[in-house]
Amino acid sequence: MADTPVNAEAEHSVKPTPIVPPSNIAGQALSLVIAIMSFLACLTVGAVLMIDKSASSWQSQISREATVQIRPARDFDIETALVEAQAIAASFDGVTDARIIGLSQTATLLEPWLGKDINLSELPVPRLVVIRIDERNPPDFKAIGTAINEAIPNATLDDHRAWVDRLVSMANTTTYVGVAILLLVLTALVLTVVFATRGALASNHIIIEVLHFVGARANFIAGQFQRRFFWIGLRGALIGGGAAIAMFLIFQFWAQRNLTTAEGVQVAVLFGDFSIGMGIFIGTFFVIALVAALTTITARLTVVRTIYEIDEQRADPSRQSY
Amino acid sequence: MIKFENVGLRYGMETEVLRDVSFEIPERSFQFLTGPSGAGKTSLLRLLFMSLRPTRGSISMFGRDIATIERHELPIMRRRIGVVFQDFRLLDHMTTYENVALPLRVRGKDESGFRSDVSDLLNWVGLGDKLHALPPVLSGGEKQRVAIARALIDQPEVLLADEPTGNVDPHMARRLLRLFLELNRSGTAVVVATHDLGLMEQVDARRMILNNSHLDIYG
Ligand SMILES: Nc1ncnc2c1ncn2[C@@H]1O[C@H](COP(=O)(O)OP(=O)(O)OP(=O)(O)O)[C@@H](O)[C@H]1O
Ligand SMILES: [Mg+2]
Repeated sequence: MADTPVNAEAEHSVKPTPIVPPSNIAGQALSLVIAIMSFLACLTVGAVLMIDKSASSWQSQISREATVQIRPARDFDIETALVEAQAIAASFDGVTDARIIGLSQTATLLEPWLGKDINLSELPVPRLVVIRIDERNPPDFKAIGTAINEAIPNATLDDHRAWVDRLVSMANTTTYVGVAILLLVLTALVLTVVFATRGALASNHIIIEVLHFVGARANFIAGQFQRRFFWIGLRGALIGGGAAIAMFLIFQFWAQRNLTTAEGVQVAVLFGDFSIGMGIFIGTFFVIALVAALTTITARLTVVRTIYEIDEQRADPSRQSY
Repeated sequence: MIKFENVGLRYGMETEVLRDVSFEIPERSFQFLTGPSGAGKTSLLRLLFMSLRPTRGSISMFGRDIATIERHELPIMRRRIGVVFQDFRLLDHMTTYENVALPLRVRGKDESGFRSDVSDLLNWVGLGDKLHALPPVLSGGEKQRVAIARALIDQPEVLLADEPTGNVDPHMARRLLRLFLELNRSGTAVVVATHDLGLMEQVDARRMILNNSHLDIYG
């Protein structure tokens, strides 16, 4: 560098202007569009994952339990029947626990309807035995039902099957709807990114043409644009994906702080425990990678096609555009 | 080096811009291309630059029939040709210096090797103090000189200049003409399209005159 002339243009070797202008309005608009679409896509991914997770937790919570209901009757010792039912249920394989709901607990359960200070023993209130089930090794519900029914005609076993089945089909439907919406959002994402990238490139037509005419190879020109649009795409997707993750984190923080309150419990029952699983991170990463790849590939194909069209003029003068 | 044989050109369904044009451009030659506005000078230069293909006839460039040239070979062929476009086509986001250096840059040359060549050339065309100006702030004549410097920078085998003195005063026009002659002496074939009679009178060079789609050659 000793012989470098000490003149103004020496600074060019330090920092040459990029061949593709660093940032113009079109590029900024593209970044914004990409950020918004990525944000929406990541939110949808997160929502679908959450629905899926909640759906399976509803299922397992409800199917972990079954109840034996014993209706009172004249000259019928309900306490003995309860103990008997508990014993029968506990004797089955796959039943981990059978618990009688005591009188005071039943009173608490009924309090909203009957009010305090009520003497339940005077009322014909059905009593319950709650059976806990080993999910991995479920018992034969039919056999338990028959055995209890034979011993105590007033008793019925409710294994929650009807509920679980309804919940399963509802949860599945919700998940399918979620996946369908996700597919729509991803399609919109792809189309928006492709068209916005092509729009942003349109203003660079003159640059492509000049480069081509001063002897740059198609590969060189495409490389310049590809790199620029990769960064535009990546930046937009990172902003959008980052915002989505931040939103989930805030949501989770709020949910955890409110877990003890009534709304918190309601929300938790509906949506599961809200913990951000790896799934959301993987989904966001996937969206970001998809967007960056799309902008890069679209930029390359658009540039190559523009050059092709410039050369096409040479093949057929009647198709001149200027 | 360049040979046109019975070349015809028409845009779409309109009448022919060029009809039965035959000529040769020998190596190291110097010629003017002239004719009234709309006669087809720019079109003929575009044929020479291979950014248009003739409707009829054959063109050979550097010993090759251009009909057989593959798309991917075009950039390499064009590196042997320097063009001054009538509308300059400078990149607005690059400085004067960078616009002139662009052909060298896209050819993968190292900047330390050409830095002084570029500033010398810009000095010669009178833009030594405008190295860092961006094209939008330059006058028409200044832009034209940047376009000329860009076409000359890599010492092309052929220089095609479309109205290169259209926007400058007679003094600068003479200076630019001297630049073309100097380039020609160092081995470049030069085609200058112009309708500036005063300019043509300064050099005893071949004249190709386009009129009514025909080309006549004097000298
Ligand atoms: N892309 C095009 N499509 C259709 N017609 C064209 C096109 N380009 C040029 N022409 C027509 O071809 C004719 C020759 O145009 P050209 O630009 O070659 O003339 P010129 O001699 O360079 O004129 P000037 O001296 O004004 O620059 C004109 O009649 C013009 O209208
Ligand atoms: Mg013209």
